[in-house]
Amino acid sequence: MKAILALEDGTYFAGRPFGSRGERWGEVVFNTGMTGYQEILTDPSYCGQIVVMTYPLIGNYGVNREDFEAKKSYVRGFVVKEECDRPSNWRASYKISDFLAREGVPGISGVDTRALTKHLRNYGTMRGIISTEATDPGALVEKARSSPHLSGQQMVPEVSTREIYRIEGQGRRVALMDFGSKLNIIRHLQARGCDIYVLPPAAGAVEILSLNPDGVLLSNGPGDPLDVPYAVETVRELAGRLPIFGICLGHQIMALAMGAKTYKMKFGHRGANHPVKDLVTGKVYITSHNHGFSVDEETMAGAGLEITHRNLNDRTVEGMRHVNLPMFSVQYHPEASPGPTESDYLFDQFMEMMDGYKQQISSSGG
Amino acid sequence: MPLDKSLKKVMVIGSGPIIIGQAAEFDYAGTQACRALREEGLEVVLVNSNPATIMTDSNMADRIYIEPLTQEFVARVIGQERPDGIVPGLGGQVGLNMAKKLSESGVLEQYGVRLLGTPLEAIRRAEDREGFKSTMKAIGEPVPESVVAGTLDEAVAFAGEIGFPLVVRPAYTLGGTGGGLAYNMEELAEITNRGLNASPIHQVLVERCLLGWKEMEIEVMRDNNDNCIVICSMENIDPMGIHTGDSIVVAPVQTLTDLEYQRIRTASLRIIRALGVAGGCNVQFATDPESLQYYVIEVNPRVSRSSALASKATGYPIAKVSAKIAVGLNLDEIKNTVTGKTYACFEPAIDYVVLKFPRWPFDKFTLANRRLGTQMKATGEVMAIDRTMEGALMKAVRSLEIGTPGLIMNGLESWADQDLDQAMRNADDRRMFVLAEAMRRGMLTEHIQKLTGIDRFFLDKIRNVVEMEKKISREGPEGLSPELLTEAKRMGCADSYLAQAAGTGEENVRAMRNKCGIKPVYKMVDTCAAEFESVTPYYYSCYDEENEALPTGKPKVAVLGGGPIRIGQGIEFDYCSVHSVWAIRDEGLEAIIVNNNPETVSTDFDTADRLYFEPLLAEDVLNVLENEKPEGVIVQFGGQTPINLAGKLHRSGVKILGTPVEDTDRAEDREKFDKLLAGLDIPRPPGKTAFSVEGALEIAKEIGFPVLVRPSYVLGGRAMEIVYNNEELLSYMATAVMVTPEHPVLVDKYLQGVELEVDAIADGETVLIPGIMRHVERAGVHSGDSIAVYPAQDLDKHVKDQIVDYTMKLAMALNVRGMINIQYVLHRGRVYVLEVNPRASRTVPYMSKITKIPMVSLATKVILGRKLKELGYEGGLYPESGMVGVKAPVFSFSKLLEVDVTLGPEMKSTGEVMGVDHSYPMALYKALVAAGYMVPSQGTVLATIADKDKEEALPLIRGLSDLGFNICATGGTAEFLRKAGLGVEKVNKIREGSPNIADLIRSRKINLVLSTLTKGKAPERDGFQIRRAAVEYGVPCLTSLDTAWAMLEVMTFIKEGDEFVLTPLQEYS
Repeated sequence: MKAILALEDGTYFAGRPFGSRGERWGEVVFNTGMTGYQEILTDPSYCGQIVVMTYPLIGNYGVNREDFEAKKSYVRGFVVKEECDRPSNWRASYKISDFLAREGVPGISGVDTRALTKHLRNYGTMRGIISTEATDPGALVEKARSSPHLSGQQMVPEVSTREIYRIEGQGRRVALMDFGSKLNIIRHLQARGCDIYVLPPAAGAVEILSLNPDGVLLSNGPGDPLDVPYAVETVRELAGRLPIFGICLGHQIMALAMGAKTYKMKFGHRGANHPVKDLVTGKVYITSHNHGFSVDEETMAGAGLEITHRNLNDRTVEGMRHVNLPMFSVQYHPEASPGPTESDYLFDQFMEMMDGYKQQISSSGG
Repeated sequence: MPLDKSLKKVMVIGSGPIIIGQAAEFDYAGTQACRALREEGLEVVLVNSNPATIMTDSNMADRIYIEPLTQEFVARVIGQERPDGIVPGLGGQVGLNMAKKLSESGVLEQYGVRLLGTPLEAIRRAEDREGFKSTMKAIGEPVPESVVAGTLDEAVAFAGEIGFPLVVRPAYTLGGTGGGLAYNMEELAEITNRGLNASPIHQVLVERCLLGWKEMEIEVMRDNNDNCIVICSMENIDPMGIHTGDSIVVAPVQTLTDLEYQRIRTASLRIIRALGVAGGCNVQFATDPESLQYYVIEVNPRVSRSSALASKATGYPIAKVSAKIAVGLNLDEIKNTVTGKTYACFEPAIDYVVLKFPRWPFDKFTLANRRLGTQMKATGEVMAIDRTMEGALMKAVRSLEIGTPGLIMNGLESWADQDLDQAMRNADDRRMFVLAEAMRRGMLTEHIQKLTGIDRFFLDKIRNVVEMEKKISREGPEGLSPELLTEAKRMGCADSYLAQAAGTGEENVRAMRNKCGIKPVYKMVDTCAAEFESVTPYYYSCYDEENEALPTGKPKVAVLGGGPIRIGQGIEFDYCSVHSVWAIRDEGLEAIIVNNNPETVSTDFDTADRLYFEPLLAEDVLNVLENEKPEGVIVQFGGQTPINLAGKLHRSGVKILGTPVEDTDRAEDREKFDKLLAGLDIPRPPGKTAFSVEGALEIAKEIGFPVLVRPSYVLGGRAMEIVYNNEELLSYMATAVMVTPEHPVLVDKYLQGVELEVDAIADGETVLIPGIMRHVERAGVHSGDSIAVYPAQDLDKHVKDQIVDYTMKLAMALNVRGMINIQYVLHRGRVYVLEVNPRASRTVPYMSKITKIPMVSLATKVILGRKLKELGYEGGLYPESGMVGVKAPVFSFSKLLEVDVTLGPEMKSTGEVMGVDHSYPMALYKALVAAGYMVPSQGTVLATIADKDKEEALPLIRGLSDLGFNICATGGTAEFLRKAGLGVEKVNKIREGSPNIADLIRSRKINLVLSTLTKGKAPERDGFQIRRAAVEYGVPCLTSLDTAWAMLEVMTFIKEGDEFVLTPLQEYS
């Protein structure tokens, strides 16, 4: 049996099917992480995308019951060199093919993933389609060409909570605007004792303020930030009224809210090895990335934003703060999972910002 | 932080000779470091005693001192050079220890030299057991719990606290004798009592036993701004209990989830920060296969063997970056030379599997204990890269050159199941083949996992290969369909392995493969998993789709490297390969190197225009050549490995550059060689080929004893012996070899005499002989184990002329283009040829350095068609240098128990050092000191001399006595010496009861041992035990009277407190 991955530019790759059977289209992106496929597969930010793993052996340690970033997988397809059929790890509960089958994600293995990665690097991420049924690559290429672009799709509502819910805690109250939040963001807030309200992406400023939170966290999420104008509007209204911390899509939403612009990157950043320099301390952190859009540096100054973090590889904006409002954000993932955990200090900064703001308000009698 | 401007001159300490545990990786590290420092505009002073290194080449540092790595000599260099700083972290443990000594003794302070890189305090915290424990405790990182117990009660109390199993190790016993594993209180009591008795200080160390836990390594880097990055994670296939140097290691980590991996990653960063390391550092962890629990095992606060592996596995130049950090730079200021775009501050992402396989010396030391444990025994290693685990494993196995193309090891098929079980429980070097055999017999993975402790993930991969082998065996050659072949090739199975399994010829498999178009492609090692465009010309093969190594249009030449470091084929051949590559580039051609040794300079990505990290078997080499289509291949510089391939490559239509293959064969084939010598009227010791035991006795009778016997089909002095009578000959024939008409034995007259050696370069018209070396030890001691002296001292002109004449004749007759090495024996005034090697020999780096003739460069250019005359060299013997260079062998006997240290025709040394001076005795002294001999100035000499050597030994012992040494001797020797009028104290042989000589050695009452071998090879227990005791207690033990004479000469010459000046290589005259 054969599976085919066809790209909109006419290139196609043949391989063996694993996981779910069928046909799915999406934006084809690559991730260079050597561990963490379970977290990647369950990271809602990959909604709408077919993920290529550059590390050739995937599934070695199976899939366990704990390391999920969401209850299910939103990935549209999974491309590997070799999937492991006999995983080995004390926590492994499933093998990857069964997990993907359960989640309805078609996989293709035996692909020259390095050749595919080079292709995406050279020509940019593009639309593609995985099929375990079709035999005519030409027809699949046509289908890929006529499939929707990533931008314009409404994916945030698909992956986020529909109802507001609370995870009680004794500490600071955080309103988490869920655009597809990874569970580890919640775990980080819990670890700091926060009283968490998880809000649907369309929650308005009034509703949020009525919860009387100490701060707002804008989560990660899938797709183009221009496709969530309602969230941008909410953040604009909240700016200056509450401390705000943004992660990934939340960072982009914050930029748009303040009047800066975002753009689509050629092939984005996806992996666990990107060096990011904290321009304030001069320290470099190795960070976990998953983004295909970025904030346009040129447009930041006019929006009252300044760069705090920069990517050492391509110099792109990785973090920012408002020059006088209590707002800061990062393009990468301080919650890790997968990836290095050394940026979790940003959660502490968020806590400090909330405390500082509270103090400021009370001392100014407000 | 930019470069520290207060630094102008910096000293680098090398690691000295190659020994087990410290191999070529430090030449690689040191070379990178010297270059990196000079790039920053610093003047570099280098000290290293090992001449066979690239780092000691005159263009690598500004001032190079080939001097012993002792405090005395290094301090003298500091005094002469006055460097501003010293970089200690790149010369292995030797370099680090030297820096510690220099600091502690106040030398650094005296001369105002700063220690660069990781501070001494951090090194102490990492290396001191208690300091390390308390540092880890302070940051909350777990180390295995342990206690030093002086009584059983203390051990029992500890067991009550942490539970079982526990390891008990008696303090201060050799090889851990008297220790063991305790699973319960009863066993603990028994082992502790035994251990307390065995320990001279009545102490045992009781520690949590992590046997069976997974062993992980993380290679970390930290800069002066506290930025930390992980270069590479590695997982040992062998669980805890086997030294990581003896473990099969894969990169990256395979069986940990991201959560588990990030836990040890985070821990390693915390540790390197807490210690305050600056530069590269290796952290080892044990992880529980059944929980999230881990322990920190060890930290190496320096560039190590694992760093070299991590560098080659990822493409990240750890040593170079460490050196830059040492002089003040930070990671975000250092360019990533691999991508040319990004900075050194990132974590490499790899998109392939890397596997390291150690190379052990048990093919040479057949009597050694092969069991693997906490003492490293491997002399070298190979690395393989592929897109599959199976592929990396299979490439690594065949890169070892141990005579198997796959997972089949001859002989194992006849083992009983119980023997296999036993060998899996107690791993030795054969375990990979043992467990493959177990799988072949259908043993369950669970069973094998229980015995070996190896993770099922790896066992399943090995089983995949075994299943493939079985399938192909079942199907036979007819069943080799394109699909099956493709699948097998993706698993890395060599054509010869498939041929063996299918019962056909390798050529058939290759032909089938070519017919179906099943060919490998080459992928790039780029540090970033293709995320960025890279410029590194570093490739590996795989059976995947896209070929990235598209050949350039330029004319190119390929050089075949030497593979893993092993006894007989050491770092010298990497030195030669690198120089050949440089010479090719110098000539405006593109140089391609094929090699598989991760420890070397030749496999650094910027040595050649293109590096192919591949096994050195005909198939793999031919594949590379088919991809590259070079003008030709050079096989002279990688030792015997490429020479052995030459015939096959030639027959496959590859152009071998240099000496024609037929002529190489004429030098190596006994009959053809005899014919050649007869034609040239050059004498050689008489000898013949024996096809039976009777035949051998016949020949011996004809030519007379003693005779040198060896099998005709093994190279490199293996199973070679000198026998003195019929009895010994019969014993040799019965035990060492099986003589059959297919496997004859060569019987040659053993001519006792002085061994002389030359390396020469010939171009068809001119033969340049850089010099004649004289061996200190007589012929019969392997040339690799002899002390060599250049210029040859006390040699008559007519002997020199004779040697020059023979060398020229042989080089011309053999159509040598490039290098030739010839060994001669001077027997009763007559010169005989012993051996001709139509390739670069292990003395080439040594001779190049002392004569200042760029031998490999000249030879390579000659091979490429140039003439010596146009390169500025005349023929004949080159005028002798004013410096004397003495090359001394270095052994690793203290790491290999049960190996007899006696010198003989089989090579045993692992490395070499050079002593250089204007005077011979001084050069000899330096060589002996550098080789680790403590030259005693007074004390007691112990002599046990075989009867055949007694007369000869008398004047020697008299000389020692005259110098004021006390003489001790065993029965026969004592009596003989007494009769000769020497004052001697008789001591008991071992079997004569305590106190015997071994006791004397152990109680450190002996300063020098002279022990010659009594007879044949049968382990003569007494002598053997004396020699072993000497090795284990660090007492110089001389087994050749010639070496002893040299030592006496040195002792007579050297007076303590003598002043002398050291000369850097650049000023040799």
